[in-house]
Amino acid sequence: MSNTNIQGKKFRHKYSKHQLRAKWGSTIFLIPSVAGCALFFFVPYLVVIYYSVLDNPIGKHFVGIENYKSVFQNSAFRTAVTNTGVFSAIAVPLAVVLSLLLAILLDHKIPLRTQFRAFLLSPMMVPVASIVLIWQVLFDQNGAVNVLLSKFGVTGVDWLKSDLAIVVIVILFLWKNIGYNMILFMAALSSVPQDIIEVARLESCGNVRIFFTIKLRYLVSTIVFVTIMSLINSFKIFREIYLLTTDYPYESIYMLQHFMNNKFKSLDYQMLSAAAVVMSLVMVVIIVVLFKAEEHFSKDLDG
Amino acid sequence: MKQKDRIKKVQTEKYILAPEKKGKRNKILRAVGLTIATIVTAAISLLFLMPIVLTITNSFMSPTEFAANYGAIFATTKSGGRQFVSELVNLKFIPDMVSFSQYATVLFKSRDYLLKFWNSMILVVPIMLFQLGVAALAGYGFYRYKGKIRGVIFFAYIILMLMPYQVTLVPNYLVSSWLGILDSYWAIWLPGIFSPFSVYLITKYMNRIPLSCIEAAQIDGAGEFRIFTKIALPMSKGIIMSTGILVFIDYWNMVEQPLILLSDPEKYPLSVYLSKINSGEVTLAFAVATIYLIPTLLVFLYGEEYLVEGITYQGGVKA
Repeated sequence: MSNTNIQGKKFRHKYSKHQLRAKWGSTIFLIPSVAGCALFFFVPYLVVIYYSVLDNPIGKHFVGIENYKSVFQNSAFRTAVTNTGVFSAIAVPLAVVLSLLLAILLDHKIPLRTQFRAFLLSPMMVPVASIVLIWQVLFDQNGAVNVLLSKFGVTGVDWLKSDLAIVVIVILFLWKNIGYNMILFMAALSSVPQDIIEVARLESCGNVRIFFTIKLRYLVSTIVFVTIMSLINSFKIFREIYLLTTDYPYESIYMLQHFMNNKFKSLDYQMLSAAAVVMSLVMVVIIVVLFKAEEHFSKDLDG
Repeated sequence: MKQKDRIKKVQTEKYILAPEKKGKRNKILRAVGLTIATIVTAAISLLFLMPIVLTITNSFMSPTEFAANYGAIFATTKSGGRQFVSELVNLKFIPDMVSFSQYATVLFKSRDYLLKFWNSMILVVPIMLFQLGVAALAGYGFYRYKGKIRGVIFFAYIILMLMPYQVTLVPNYLVSSWLGILDSYWAIWLPGIFSPFSVYLITKYMNRIPLSCIEAAQIDGAGEFRIFTKIALPMSKGIIMSTGILVFIDYWNMVEQPLILLSDPEKYPLSVYLSKINSGEVTLAFAVATIYLIPTLLVFLYGEEYLVEGITYQGGVKA
């Protein structure tokens, strides 16, 4: 008894010495990154929170939630939130579903599979600035899409200056993001254990049923990840809108980043800080909810 | 024994032989399905490629042809009004006459675009290289020892990585104004270099390196830095390439940061400057757009496999 105890202690001692060396020896490696992140993101973020409860950064007078109130009462902010919300609510589910469908298509042994994959992925690498011109040619009042529509007797609209602007932006978003999502889904589909599928097939289970009862369960974590990434990318849509319409877009595509840009121009620190804090909180809530959903759906999986 | 055999036989008939009987019908069905799948995929692929192909082919259009085809949208008279050469746009896949005049002007006459292209390079390449360097070091740090504090820091990195620009640009702007680097490239370089995206990806990959490799080197007397350069780094070469490509594509496309952190339009990268192209030079735009496309196109053609691998590794945040 006592012998093993001593040995156990000895072992533990040796182990922790190794651990200690690993711990302190590798801390140096973390310093550049952690220091940089702290300096450029975490510490200033705390200051942002601090600024969000002050009347201005010079007077430093505590005003509580006044700034938050004025952010929510700001009509531009409300428009921006609504537009961004509507856009994300349309674009994200479409991006997830369409890319999953494409991944399923490419999961079959079709000819030229790798070429198709490359073609579908290629929009991802194209800088938005390079294709806005062609997008304008397509969707202008006198643009190619309207020319095509007029052949079918449909009168076109000036897409980017009407309520249909959001359609154009959603198409652009899908064009750019579907390839990326599709790659993630393709990887997930190929990692579904083949033996389970074979058993199901022997039990004369159809393809559709195999997909919904087996593959989908293995795809849950990827679906969550793709949703999060699409959501984040949908917040980046400002890029496309800015390059297509510069500073003053049609009202239905006035996004949160437009609002932030205007506030940066007027150096309205309180408004900026409060808006940034609100947005980060919303993001954290969304991410946590999606992670919890993933945990709930994939808890009985072992792979 | 006999019964077992019989069951086996029945099962074989039912499950293995049965599909064989309707094999012919299945084969035809499968062939039809495959053909439809191929056609659908091909159609979608063409649709996806179209904007890129159109941009490139139209860059070989002479200014006169450009005006004739796209005058309805872009061409303006000197007084600023629209000059209608034709009422409607005439979308051309291939120009009637191949002309290099757009390129000649961009390369030799209006040097502004080349200057902005150079700005883009100066902005993106240092960010990519240093972000990878910082991230490789940090990735090793996170891999080598997993304590509670490091877990918390890594989790904070993930949250930070998932934050949109609307959130992160405010802290970045504050620091830049404190340090007095607003309106200089440092304001974009520094936050870019310390962006946690690469750290996340490289750490995730390094976590797969078996600890026994490290321990073996340790027993041979290698120090931490030696283990890093001789074992961890060579083993993660692939993922570092992939991450580099993803970072390059992301920053080559940047719009938000220069708009907010730089106020001098002379310093803008081509991505922002291209949208401000004035109507007098719009005939050049396709050529400029194509030139801007070339670096990422090369990266894509050369590193598509790496890109796919990088994206695949991004999947599953918590693993």
